Amino acid sequence: MPASDLSPLRLLDRALKSAAYRVQKYFDLLGRVLVSSVSRPFYGRDLTQQMDTIGVGSIGIVALTGLFTGMVLALQSSVEMRQFGATIYIGRLVGASIVRELGPVLTALMVTGRAGSGMAAQLGAMRITEQIDALETLGVDPVRKLVAPRFLAALIVLPMLTVVTDVIAVLGGLLIAVVKLDLTATLYMRSVYQALADTGFIFRFIPIDLVQGLVKPFVFGGIMALTSCYYGLNARGGTEGVGRAATHAVVTSSILILTTDYLLTQLLIALLVE
Amino acid sequence: MKAVIELRDVRLAYGAHVVLNGITFSVHRGETLCVLGGSGVGKSTILKLILCLESMDSGSVTVLGHDLCSAGRSEIFQVRQRMGMVFQGSALFDSLPIFDNVAFALFEHTDLPLETIRERVREALAFVDLDFERVGEMLPSELSGGMKKRVAIARAIVHQPEILLFDEPTSGLDPITTRKIDTLIVKLRQGLGVSSIVVTHDMQSACRIANRVALLQAGDIIFMGTPQQMLAAENPYIREYLE
Repeated sequence: MPASDLSPLRLLDRALKSAAYRVQKYFDLLGRVLVSSVSRPFYGRDLTQQMDTIGVGSIGIVALTGLFTGMVLALQSSVEMRQFGATIYIGRLVGASIVRELGPVLTALMVTGRAGSGMAAQLGAMRITEQIDALETLGVDPVRKLVAPRFLAALIVLPMLTVVTDVIAVLGGLLIAVVKLDLTATLYMRSVYQALADTGFIFRFIPIDLVQGLVKPFVFGGIMALTSCYYGLNARGGTEGVGRAATHAVVTSSILILTTDYLLTQLLIALLVE
Repeated sequence: MKAVIELRDVRLAYGAHVVLNGITFSVHRGETLCVLGGSGVGKSTILKLILCLESMDSGSVTVLGHDLCSAGRSEIFQVRQRMGMVFQGSALFDSLPIFDNVAFALFEHTDLPLETIRERVREALAFVDLDFERVGEMLPSELSGGMKKRVAIARAIVHQPEILLFDEPTSGLDPITTRKIDTLIVKLRQGLGVSSIVVTHDMQSACRIANRVALLQAGDIIFMGTPQQMLAAENPYIREYLE
């Protein structure tokens, strides 16, 4: 490389252009996925298969995450709350934090670690072994056949998995409340309900917190699937490239999920609560 | 004779590295052209350009009358349905059994009943000397390299394409399997009348299968003619390549 090509400004220029190009490709992929999701041909069998892989395959891991998060949350907060004689509010604390924040975010992060890395590795391996090129030469659009079903499946199953996490986390908190803190199950559950009722309802019976908690995983699912597929489709350089794609998919998805969580929370509070 | 594939002044460079330096050639209906050359001279890239899997810097590629440089995505997919490609590593879908691999294009682009599709797959596998009953339910990982190549050929011909592209179809195979694959390529031309481009290193294979050969060096075609003309050529590079 000539010395002039190594000047800091030139390197910065190149890095910025490369980043802008990647962002452009990412949104181009998003556009193609959205078009493919609402037009024929539609790969229903692939969608069901992906829902099974992402959804059913992740139930165990999100259930465990929910159980221990709920238990730890109840246990940790009891230490502080006991000093003020406020342990009866443990249910409120667990319910609100799980349904609004921890449930959606932890579920998305766990599914990203499990299914997102798998997606990136699978598509990456297909790219490296020319299977994606083979698809194209057989007249099949890989975005329609491979990415759209994964994207739609993630949109559908992430909210469902979040509900599983939420329920099990609340039950985990209940276990600690009853066994360790000598609260009754009714008191704890009433406290959880109170937490959800405090922010109000939509259509008189859907808690706003629950809406927040289900809109988020819907968006997180899209981010996870799109980012993982993006890295998988663009994998280069043999088996090392596949590993790199999986790592980048998990890291980038996680960062995007956490960043989007903040922005979404701001937006949802402005729209629903204020 | 009518050209089914035509490349005009095609140029492609990756940064400072020039891969193709304005190459021009055409392939006629029912003809087999072998593209020869050392490693990394851009032989496989030519196939990718013809399939629009890669884009060039300048020039034009016309396939079956369609100018692929100006074609939209759906037109490109339609043209690809009239072509078949055999990849160097076979590129079989590793999660699908052999039957689904071979039947892939038929399931995707036709409304044929399952029984007809089974029959077509059976015929395609028989064409490459494979027994449907034996390999139909097997996964690609259970096959040998030569069998994978033959399944890849069956997958490429099952939808009766007008053009077939082969990327090193005999690399890594023993001489007997190599000859079998060569025989298949000749059989495809004679039996189905398809036009083919075969990228290979192997001059012996080229002599058996090609009507014409093109030799690529440093991004240029330095020789185009029949295999016999190439064997008789006195250009030092060609002599070195042949020896």
